[in-house]
Amino acid sequence: MNDQSAAYWKRNVKLVATLLAIWFIVSYGFGILFVDALNTIEIAGFQLGFWFAQQGSIYVFVALIFIYVAKMNKLDREFGVHEDDD
Amino acid sequence: MDLTTLTYIAVGLSFALYIGIAIWAKASTTGEFYVAGKGVNPVVNGMATAADWMSAASFISMAGLIAFLGYGGSVYLMGWTGGYCLLAMLLAPYLRKYGKFTVPEFIGDRYYSKTARIVAVICLIFISFTYVAGQMRGVGIVFSRFLEVELITGLIVGMGIVFIYAVLGGMKGITYTQVAQYCVLIVAYTIPAIFIAFQLTGNPLPQLAFGSTINGTGEFMLERLNSVVTELGFLEYTTTNKSTIDIFAITLALMVGTAGLPHVIVRFFTVPKVRDARSSAGWALVFIALLYTTAPAVGAMARLNLTETIQTGEVGAEDGNLSYEERPDWMKRWEATGLLSFEDKNGDGRIQYYNDANADFQTKAAQYGWAGNELQVDRDIMVLANPEIAQLPNWVIALVAAGGIAAALSTAAGLLLVISSGVSHDLLKGTFTPNMTEGQELMAGRVAAAAAIVIAGYLGYNPPGFVAQVVAFAFGLAAASLFPVIIMGIFSKKVNREGAIAGMLVGLIFTMGYIMAYKGIFIPVMIENVEANWLFGISPEGIGVVGMLLNFAVAFGVSKVTAEPPAHIQHMIEDIRVPKGAGSAVDH
Repeated sequence: MNDQSAAYWKRNVKLVATLLAIWFIVSYGFGILFVDALNTIEIAGFQLGFWFAQQGSIYVFVALIFIYVAKMNKLDREFGVHEDDD
Repeated sequence: MDLTTLTYIAVGLSFALYIGIAIWAKASTTGEFYVAGKGVNPVVNGMATAADWMSAASFISMAGLIAFLGYGGSVYLMGWTGGYCLLAMLLAPYLRKYGKFTVPEFIGDRYYSKTARIVAVICLIFISFTYVAGQMRGVGIVFSRFLEVELITGLIVGMGIVFIYAVLGGMKGITYTQVAQYCVLIVAYTIPAIFIAFQLTGNPLPQLAFGSTINGTGEFMLERLNSVVTELGFLEYTTTNKSTIDIFAITLALMVGTAGLPHVIVRFFTVPKVRDARSSAGWALVFIALLYTTAPAVGAMARLNLTETIQTGEVGAEDGNLSYEERPDWMKRWEATGLLSFEDKNGDGRIQYYNDANADFQTKAAQYGWAGNELQVDRDIMVLANPEIAQLPNWVIALVAAGGIAAALSTAAGLLLVISSGVSHDLLKGTFTPNMTEGQELMAGRVAAAAAIVIAGYLGYNPPGFVAQVVAFAFGLAAASLFPVIIMGIFSKKVNREGAIAGMLVGLIFTMGYIMAYKGIFIPVMIENVEANWLFGISPEGIGVVGMLLNFAVAFGVSKVTAEPPAHIQHMIEDIRVPKGAGSAVDH
């Protein structure tokens, strides 16, 4: 593997690791491990931990994928490994 | 018009639509049969993936489960959505770049081993049959309830419809039918939810109504629900009595299992480019989230409606409970199916619905003159009965029936396709009869799909024990066997043939053995299925996570002490890591 593709792969793995850390925190952190602590906070009729477990985590999942798509498309272009437009 | 006629019209129209699409999208090459010619727009594929993914369980059962489990139902909500992040970031783009037809084909090529490919096919076939039998049963249940026909008649009609578009159209037919099925199911799911949300809170958006105040009061819905159910001895809605470790393990097993399910993964083989595979996963989750963020609201509203229908007045007051003679029509209709039943234990002619398993509540119940819980409600009826409970017009109920069938058929078709491609492409063409022509392979795929439909129908009619354990078996095995070897195949250049085969077998045998021992599937129960006996406190539903960790550990360990993968495999891994060069150029 040449330096260029090694650097591309490293950036890719770093991005995925960051996004999956957020993925873990909102679902397993807010929704499961710290649910009792967050449930003491109530916003707009929801206990916060319960809201993350049944609503919030899903919205964050959707956002994470689209952030990933945008960042990867940019990274692909930066390293010239993007696919040609037809 | 009466309900049955309306239901026949709704279901009949939806079937005509599916068959019309099947004729329009007939597959003529193996590329079209297996992966729809890799020409599907990513948004369209996202919609098809959502229908493929959301099964009879998501549509019919999930909100009912949540209604009775409360916070405990969150494992399904997070577990069946979070896997799409893993798919988008760890699997889909790379497998699309690789550009072949099936999941076992990737595993066989990456680990330069026919044995690995065959182990993967066996996992795939077992997982998919477990899953598909439940779908066929779902079709049969909806038919028998709403069209008042025998279960077997419903099953045969459902099998016939899937036969037409899966066998004829292959992946191409399935993809465009799934788009139509998604539209039917999402409309059918959200319309009653919007009506009920508006009735209860004045806010038509279920996602917001869930956190709004009940009409005419200042009381938030979830607060009201918590107080109503605890007064009857039930657990507070927003809490659970499951252990944190078990909730954690089940959620993770469902997420990882989702990302390892072959019928979901192959959907990302059908888009034209690597970047489409990424965005398609995002669109799939958008379409899934529409239902998955509505479901918890539906569950909470259904629980509240049901409880307040029965407990009409003050708890413990003589006239606080619904009189059996005055019960609403929907209860009578569901009583006829046996899914709802009443037994007047204290002989007062009124229905008492409370938690008689709660020891602390016993004395109170005795003071009220209650002699045990008198109402049995099957969880699966909550979504189907919801429009009736909320007194919505008959056409809404007919639509829900068509939606339930759409959800079951779309998932069944996707599963049947991966079974048929596993047989025709991986076992026949790839292993036993490599000299087949494309025409013969296409015919073999159609015959395999037809045979799989018949077996699925039989399993749906006579469900053996393992069919009821879809969550444990399908997701646990996908998490413990397929997911780890795919991930390691992309992210590690060091994991080799020996490591992958050993890892898959260890993950598979451990997970399968654990579920069988506790659930008594195929063998008698060996250990009683209670929390005290579970390994690390993890139930059979969550044990796939431990199987997955074992798979990773064994694969890395064995790979360290055996020869590393040959140079051409290492080059192949480098190649799938960059998007450039995908597309039709690497097609067959």
